[in-house]
Amino acid sequence: MSADVGQQHPLGIYLKIWILLFVLSTLSYLVDYIGFQGYLRWTLILVFMFLKAGFIIAIFMHVMWERMALVLTILGPPVALLFLIGAMAIEGDYTFGARVDYFGANPNAEPLPVTHIGGHEEEAH
Amino acid sequence: MSEAVASNLDTPKSGLPGLVNDWTADKQTYHVPWGKAMMWIFLVSDTFIFSCFLVGYMTVRMTTAEPWPLPTDVFALSMFGSDPIPLILIAIMTFILITSSGTMALAVNYGYRGDKRKTMYLMLATAALGASFVGMQVFEWSKLIGEGVRPWGNPWGAPQFGSVFFMVTGFHGLHVTGGVIYLAVVARKVAKGHYDKKGYEIVEIAGLYWHFVDLVWVFIFAFFYLW
Repeated sequence: MSADVGQQHPLGIYLKIWILLFVLSTLSYLVDYIGFQGYLRWTLILVFMFLKAGFIIAIFMHVMWERMALVLTILGPPVALLFLIGAMAIEGDYTFGARVDYFGANPNAEPLPVTHIGGHEEEAH
Repeated sequence: MSEAVASNLDTPKSGLPGLVNDWTADKQTYHVPWGKAMMWIFLVSDTFIFSCFLVGYMTVRMTTAEPWPLPTDVFALSMFGSDPIPLILIAIMTFILITSSGTMALAVNYGYRGDKRKTMYLMLATAALGASFVGMQVFEWSKLIGEGVRPWGNPWGAPQFGSVFFMVTGFHGLHVTGGVIYLAVVARKVAKGHYDKKGYEIVEIAGLYWHFVDLVWVFIFAFFYLW
C-alpha cells in the first residue's frame, strides 16, 4: 500500500533538478546583471521563471507522478487567473492612458537616481 | 483510511480513464492521505492569495504615471566596500531558498526510506536555511526603511513601490517563518519516532508547503525584482 501512497523516487533525479534550478536561477540573475532590456529581457525572465516553476511543481512537489484527478484539482483552478490578469492588463492600460491624456501625466518620466547609504560613505561618518 | 485507499487501487487506471474512474466510482476521489489532499487544497487557495497580490502589483505598476523605481538600483548592495552590485542580496536569498528546497526534497526521500536521522538533520538544515532567508529579508527591510522607503512613498518615484514591496515580501516572509516553525516541529516528531507506525507522509506534506514557498519566490523574484 505504502508504495502506492508514498512518493518514492531515486535520489539522482532530485540532485539533477536541484543543479538545474541553480543554473536557471543564475541565468535569470544574469539577465539583470548583464542588463538586457525590452522584449528580450521580459522573454528571458518569463522563460526562466516558467522553467523553474515547472520543475519545482513537477519533480519536487511530485505532481508529474500524481493521478490525473489530483493534478487537475491543483492546476485547473489557477487557469482562471489568466482571465484576471488579462482583464486587469486591459483596465490598467486604459487607466494609464486616461492619466496621460486627461491629467497631463508625463508618460516618459524617469525615476530619480538611487544613492545608497553604506559602503564608503558610511565609513566617512 | 489506508484500507479505503487500497481497495480502489486494485486495478488503478491511469490518465483520462483513471480521472473518470476516480470521480465516478462513488468512493474516495483522491488516492492520497487526507492530510496531503488538504495541504494541496490549502496551497491552491494560497496560490490565489499571492496571485491577487501580484496582479494588484501589475495593475498598480501599469496605471501609475509616476516612474517606477529601478529595482536593479534600489536593491544594489556594496559588499566589502565594493561598488554596489545589482540585486546581489536578492540573488543570494534566491540561492538559499533553492538550496533549502533541495535539502527538503532529500528529507522527503530519506523519510520514505525510514532513515530517521538523515530525515531529521535534512529538515533542520532546511529550517536553518529558511531562517537565514528571513534574516536577510529583515536586513533588506531595515536598509530600505533607513533609505526612506515607506508604504506611502519613497525618494525615487512611484509611491506604490513601497506598499507593494512591503506587502508582497512581507507576506512571503511570513510564510517562510511559518514554514521554519512547521519544519522544526515535524523534525522533532520524526526524531522522537512519532511516525514509525503512521508512515512518513507527513514529511512529504511539510515538503509540499516548503516547495510552495520556494515556488512563490520564483514569481516574486521574476516580477518584482527582475521586471
